[in-house]
Amino acid sequence: MLLLLFLLSVSVFLLFAILPGDPARLTCGKACTPAIIEANRHRLGLDKPPLTQYVEFVSGIFAGRTFSEDSPEPIKCDAPCLGYSFNRQEQVMSLIARSAPVTFFLAVGAFVIWMFFGLALGIIAALNRGRWGDRLIMGISLVGYSMPAFFLGLLLVFFVIIKWQFLPFPAYVAPWENPFQFFQTMLLPWILLATLYAAYYIRLTRNQVLEVLGDDYVRTARAKGLPERTVVVKHALRAGLTPIVTSAGLDLAGLLGGAIISENIFSLPGLGALAISSIIDSDLPLITGITILTAAIIIFANLVVDLLYAVVDPRVRVT
Amino acid sequence: MTATSEVPLSDMPIAGALDRPFLSVSDLSVAFPTEDGLVQAVEGVSLSIEKGKTLAIVGESGSGKSVTAQAIMGLVNRKSAKVSGEIWLDGQELLHLPQGEVQELMGMEIAMIFQDPMSSLHPFYRIGDQIVEAIRVHRPMGKAAARREVLEMLHHVGIPAAERRIDAYPHQLSGGMRQRVMIAMALINSPQLLIADEPTTALDVTVQAQILELIARLQGEFGTTVILITHDLGIVADVADDVAVMYGGRIVELASTTTLYDYPEMPYTLGLLSSVPRMDQKLPERLDPIRGNPPSPIRLPKGCVFQPRCDYWERVPGEACKTVRPELLESDPDHLVRCLLQVEERKQIARDVKQILAGGSE
Amino acid sequence: MTTQTTDVLDVTDLRTYFPVKSRGLISRTVGAVKAVDGVSLSLDAGETLGLVGESGSGKTTAARSILMLVRPTGGSVKIDGEEITDLSARKLMPIRRKAQMIFQDPYNALNPRHTVGAIISAPFKVQKVTPPGGVKQGVLELMERVGLNPEHYNRYPNEFSGGQRQRIGIARAIALRPKLIVCDEPVSALDVSIQAQILNLLRDLQKEFGIAYLFVAHDLAVVRQISHRVAVMYLGKIMETAPREVIYSRPLHPYTHSLLSAVPIPDPKRQAHRKTRIVLHGDLPSPIDPPSGCVFRTRCFQAQEKCAVEVPPLVELAPGHQVACHFPIQVEDLPARVEVQAVAADAPVEATPDVEIVTQESAERKAEEGATGKGRGAQEEALDEGGAAEEAAVGLNKPKG
Repeated sequence: MLLLLFLLSVSVFLLFAILPGDPARLTCGKACTPAIIEANRHRLGLDKPPLTQYVEFVSGIFAGRTFSEDSPEPIKCDAPCLGYSFNRQEQVMSLIARSAPVTFFLAVGAFVIWMFFGLALGIIAALNRGRWGDRLIMGISLVGYSMPAFFLGLLLVFFVIIKWQFLPFPAYVAPWENPFQFFQTMLLPWILLATLYAAYYIRLTRNQVLEVLGDDYVRTARAKGLPERTVVVKHALRAGLTPIVTSAGLDLAGLLGGAIISENIFSLPGLGALAISSIIDSDLPLITGITILTAAIIIFANLVVDLLYAVVDPRVRVT
Repeated sequence: MTATSEVPLSDMPIAGALDRPFLSVSDLSVAFPTEDGLVQAVEGVSLSIEKGKTLAIVGESGSGKSVTAQAIMGLVNRKSAKVSGEIWLDGQELLHLPQGEVQELMGMEIAMIFQDPMSSLHPFYRIGDQIVEAIRVHRPMGKAAARREVLEMLHHVGIPAAERRIDAYPHQLSGGMRQRVMIAMALINSPQLLIADEPTTALDVTVQAQILELIARLQGEFGTTVILITHDLGIVADVADDVAVMYGGRIVELASTTTLYDYPEMPYTLGLLSSVPRMDQKLPERLDPIRGNPPSPIRLPKGCVFQPRCDYWERVPGEACKTVRPELLESDPDHLVRCLLQVEERKQIARDVKQILAGGSE
Repeated sequence: MTTQTTDVLDVTDLRTYFPVKSRGLISRTVGAVKAVDGVSLSLDAGETLGLVGESGSGKTTAARSILMLVRPTGGSVKIDGEEITDLSARKLMPIRRKAQMIFQDPYNALNPRHTVGAIISAPFKVQKVTPPGGVKQGVLELMERVGLNPEHYNRYPNEFSGGQRQRIGIARAIALRPKLIVCDEPVSALDVSIQAQILNLLRDLQKEFGIAYLFVAHDLAVVRQISHRVAVMYLGKIMETAPREVIYSRPLHPYTHSLLSAVPIPDPKRQAHRKTRIVLHGDLPSPIDPPSGCVFRTRCFQAQEKCAVEVPPLVELAPGHQVACHFPIQVEDLPARVEVQAVAADAPVEATPDVEIVTQESAERKAEEGATGKGRGAQEEALDEGGAAEEAAVGLNKPKG
């Protein structure tokens, strides 16, 4: 994993180095003079050789960094320093730290909802295979699966907020500040994400359960006299859990990096929104920081999923 | 002759015993509707066993022996299959019980072990926990107490280092061990009836001998009645008191083991005995196989199910074997045969075949 | 082993080890599964050698190694006098015309997307051989020869029964008139009545075309039916090789005795009156760390110190009869009933198995009880109580001269 992170940092760095365009140029807007550009170049440390830039960047993550030490106002960046956004005059890390919780609540809340419905409806569909319950569930999940995210999101906004006025326009507050408003804001985005992802998990769970229900150990479980629900959940579902766990872990990790469309539609100030605005502003340090963070989350999630795999399936364990 | 008819309990064929049978199956039929048609897996099966005895059900693939066993066990899904008939266990009828009561019996009064112990144990749970589960679903008790019982049972079935093995996963044990675990799990609640569906087919022959010995020993100790499903005529000769031979979903011959091997009558039984390679007899140049293939359960022949492969059907006048379904009738006391040949004629055929088979002996 | 004429198959000291790698970032080879550990055998034209053994014996790996489906780690394999172990895949192609294989599982050995015609004609196409009358004619003739209806030429495997699929596999194997066919458990997955048909077919084909069979199986009765000679394998090594009747009536190796006594006879009276019953308890040792000396010693009812120290060589004790045992024992000298509790995996090297031996008298008493009912002798009850009792038999563990 360390190796991966190292490679990750190098490739992100190189990527932005290769990109056409002058990063220093991008830091200033319309009122740009070459002098300002040069000054910014120096402040960003872009005039130093690439290797030095890289080393300073990486060491900054561990030990903090000071930009443009030689100017009258050096800018301090505390560890872990993912960079300094000149556009916003703020450390990248603190920008991320403000946005991350929003994305976190969004992702985790949606995760819980979609896993619950995905598993439950998937099991029900599997048990009623071929009958109307199965067809109904699979039909609904097909809609959810094929529906573009922005379309469903806009539909929700249009009907629930504007037309029927069940909910006010979303305005994010932290859950501890105003729980009621928090839930009102998050409800629709949760529903949106959950609908999109649950569809996949319904199908996946259904397939897994159906595959496993014919296995011999399920027959043994029935022969022991276990009630059907125990057979299905404790024996069948557990046996088919592995790909579900893998998928779920990676999906959650992906969302944690920023649920771009949902945050956009519902104006949530999360990492996704931050990422988009940083791209629009060409705020290179911020883009770099978010990219590294997101990629690190996914790498980490992969590791966790691998470990979970061994927890779920004892045959995979080393001992 | 009509097809299958209800056989009253008093007229039930009882193999080998004079007392009331412990288990008696009356006119059991199981059919599965499928896209290709109705699969008549079992038709009109009637048999009974005395307490403490071993009945072997012998047949090849498609004979219906496994489905019969599963029907007795209660594993046949009554919603998707058509099941009819009666199964009486120690005075209680099973097929018309509500599902909840059937579940109470499964694993407690009746237990089953299956063919492949690797796939029959849940790969993700420790074997000790799986057996504890079998206890606690029927006899609520604390986990520690249940675990103690399991440990004792593991010793009893001959698993060395049981204290360690109780926490092992199935993939960490050998095939013989796993089958012992399955036996332990089946017998942990001291069931009255044990159904063993090809318990040794997936095992080596030396392990097979161990497992059969184990089952016989435990049967002696617990007084369990055993139904053994198998295709191996050697195993039947070794452990069974009575034998039911099944073909095409029906019982075609039912007798005590010695009677079946000494005086087989149904041509299918004769065919089976002739086609099994032997180790103890003079080697025939060629085996005498039954020609053709076992029937498809969707398109069973009219009349006698075995007729297309039978060498003797022409001896029955009027091509009756093709159109008339033979009943299971008594040929001798406690020897039932389903065949249209005259009794004396088929006994003679049997004697002739056996002579050819006998040759010399080693 | 006669070498005057070129044997169809000549295997010397075949070894196939599978490396066991440690897990972790950098995997190293920490050991090897010695699946085949020094197997030597030979086959003449038109004869069948039965290779028997239980799971873990290495018989399947040996069969595959001989045909280079698995590359052996060492040893020599000569087909028709030609050494093939060092041949590249391309150079092996002409050899494949002479040596073919029939597989165990008829449901998996045929490509479900190919028609029967395509399957059987594949050898012709791969080897670029055209039989007289053309490929299709050749295939139709083959189908008839093995008992299939030639009209089914265009059907797919799933439309056939297990026995018929095995016939398809046989047709494919004999298409190029090979001299050697390795049969890997060809009848184990089939019903009894179909087994007999297939065994007869194999026998007839052997007579007609003079094919030699290496018949790998675990079913001793089946092997007896079709083999001229039999080799018994255990944990990668050959324990005994002999002509068929000798192996079944006068074997010498304790493992062979154990195997034979474990096979039930389809005759209740004979089964109850069997002279010898050797029951082996416990597990097979691990092939990664096989026992020192004689690999069978951990389950042998007459293991001694010497067995742990010296590997018994495969020695010809009578013409055509080879045994790898320091203390071969004849049928007449076997105890009536033996229970052997195998040595545990973590026991010290010198440990010998716990052996419980029944003397001749109580065996007769038991046989009487066996014939009338399921009564258990006192001896059995003693066994049940104690597990492995430590009774040294009188005189039976002493080596024969």
